[in-house]
Amino acid sequence: MIPLSWYMSLSAILFAIGVCGFLTRRNLIMMFLSIELMLNAVNLNMVALSHYLDSMRGQVFTFFIITVAAAEAAIGLGIAITLYRSRKTVHVDEVNQLKG
Amino acid sequence: MFTYLFFLYCAVMIVGTGLLAITMRNPVHAVLMVLVLFFHMAGLYLILGAEFLAAVQIIVYAGAILVLYLFVLFLVSLRDEVKMDRFVTSAWLGRIISVGLGVSLIAMLPTFVLGQKGHWPMAEVIKATHTKALGMEMYTSYILPFEIAGLILLIAVIGGLVLAKHDTPTTIEKS
Repeated sequence: MIPLSWYMSLSAILFAIGVCGFLTRRNLIMMFLSIELMLNAVNLNMVALSHYLDSMRGQVFTFFIITVAAAEAAIGLGIAITLYRSRKTVHVDEVNQLKG
Repeated sequence: MFTYLFFLYCAVMIVGTGLLAITMRNPVHAVLMVLVLFFHMAGLYLILGAEFLAAVQIIVYAGAILVLYLFVLFLVSLRDEVKMDRFVTSAWLGRIISVGLGVSLIAMLPTFVLGQKGHWPMAEVIKATHTKALGMEMYTSYILPFEIAGLILLIAVIGGLVLAKHDTPTTIEKS
């Protein structure tokens, strides 16, 4: 039986990778992809905890997280398309109209 | 023994492809790396005894969401993307923050205490099959969150349509 802490460490590392991608990439679409990595890290944590706690609660919650991730991808990519249409760019450091 | 090897293989692949995905120059290659990552995540779900979630992971994440990402990548221009700088100017700050976050998350792990055990031990799940167990839990205790998830999907459909729609008056005149 694999210790629970291995799963949680892997999940923490994957979450940190997602945060790193979100904070460093310029492309808006790559930032959304990093959010998917973070959501997957949380999903892995939930499923592992649900397995080790003999409970179904975490897996049900994972199901809802997948739903929200699909909705987030649809809306976020719609925003990316709208941004590209109006500004001809998807780089976040070029969208600085509100910067003082 | 085999489970340990499989877990280590999946863990190495997940961390490696994750790192490649956030550093690769071409966004299409990054999306394909994330595809490999999702397949290995489904493998981890399988050794955790969650077959239905592994199938949903492959169908929804790898099959639908990543294809959506690829479509949008093709809609925006990629030509200049491979030549430009792919990181923001303050990228080192983000790297420091994320490494600190990862180290502190792992350092907090030994203080974690497992909570109360639930009503679904592995033997019960295997006896009822995983899909049935998940469905029994979802359609009884979690029926209201399930309805709300449906509402969120409806809002996402409407929002996606509204955001991606051309609303310039010239297109109406042409047609």
